[in-house]
Amino acid sequence: MHDLAQAAANFINLDAITIIYLFLVGFVGGLVSGFIGSGGAFVLTPAMMSLGVPGLVAVASNMCHKFPKALIGALKRAKYGQVDVKLGIALGISAEAGVLYGAHIQESIKKAFGDAGSNLYVSISFVVVLAVVGIFVLRDAWKTYKSGTTNEEEKVTKLARWVQSINIPGTMVYFKSLNARVSVLFTIPMGFATGMLAATIAVGGFVGVPSMIYVLGAPSLMASATELVIAFVMGLGGSFKYALHGMVDIRLAMIILGGSLFGIQLGAMGTTYVKPFMIKVVMGVIMVIVLFSRGLMVPVYLSQLGLIEALGDGTVKMLKTTSFGIMIFALALGAFIVLRAMWQGRQAERLEHKESLAHAKA
Amino acid sequence: MSSLDQKIKNKTVGMMVLTGIISTGLYASLLSNQDILNANFAKGGMFAFLPIVTAFIFSYFHGTFTGHFWTVLGVEASKKKKEIK
Repeated sequence: MHDLAQAAANFINLDAITIIYLFLVGFVGGLVSGFIGSGGAFVLTPAMMSLGVPGLVAVASNMCHKFPKALIGALKRAKYGQVDVKLGIALGISAEAGVLYGAHIQESIKKAFGDAGSNLYVSISFVVVLAVVGIFVLRDAWKTYKSGTTNEEEKVTKLARWVQSINIPGTMVYFKSLNARVSVLFTIPMGFATGMLAATIAVGGFVGVPSMIYVLGAPSLMASATELVIAFVMGLGGSFKYALHGMVDIRLAMIILGGSLFGIQLGAMGTTYVKPFMIKVVMGVIMVIVLFSRGLMVPVYLSQLGLIEALGDGTVKMLKTTSFGIMIFALALGAFIVLRAMWQGRQAERLEHKESLAHAKA
Repeated sequence: MSSLDQKIKNKTVGMMVLTGIISTGLYASLLSNQDILNANFAKGGMFAFLPIVTAFIFSYFHGTFTGHFWTVLGVEASKKKKEIK
């Protein structure tokens, strides 16, 4: 860690183009995070690394922008009554433990198999988690859309009903988002998994939000808003851990924060215009596209580890560029869906307002 | 527009300008003191509090500014009270 801290002291030089680039990526990341509770980090870390920022400094700086962003987002969405602070803190604390354990696993893999092994582990985690959860979330959103029940109350899953029915004395806590008492013995492993994923692929929300919806029975809007509380708790602890080793480049973190605070306000407001199933649509679409992006990198790491035939430099470069391009596309598409849904919601509300005025006049 | 609405609007614009100036000042000092910041913030140990405190200060002023910025532009949350279920 000491060597890494020395490397961190050589932070990159910032020019105007770099600042604008980070600000804009921060804005789009913030917009998506404000809407689905997480999602910007998977692009921000590679975006910083593409500028020559060392991997750990990129992770640390990303985390240091994440917790203040999540705080502002959570405060904004709390105004709309969407945040369950108690659930967020309960999951956030166990997520912190998951982050520490996840980081420990990462370090062990890196020691044993080097950078390529560590990257392969990250990519495979991405592919497996996003394939299972992403397709499930997207399928559920599609089913809701096809059944024409987008305006109806979200149904609590069978699994969530079972979880809510289990009574383990001494461990039961009431959560307002669930309107039920649930044993913390269920929330602890969920938070732990969220933290482990955050330490591995930087986006714990891809497990945190779906598990709150499908395992605990929280409404989509409340789950995505509560994820911001988890992100704040996790991000604060994680940032401090990295800052202890001098890994945070505060300039990068604050420039990204500059853009993301514009975005997160907009994303949070967007949730007041859309139907709840849109949260699942945006999350599912991003997850499935990112899955392809990371899947493309698997052969690169396999070849670096000598597990398959070596790939040519040109092929590696092409796969890396395509993978990064697809990730940017995923985030941009997510932002587009959010803005479009918000625009349509505003137009519909204005029309309704006009009609009611005309009706009142008549 | 009623005088109450006008007062609220003026207050929002005033807050946006004030927090905007503070936020700009914070970013100007961040970018003009990069060497000092890099040297001290990367020391680790007890200096770990520096980035954390900085992040809170920036988020308070810049977060307030961005909130008012969208309000002044007319971008606001839905007026309909939605029951979340």
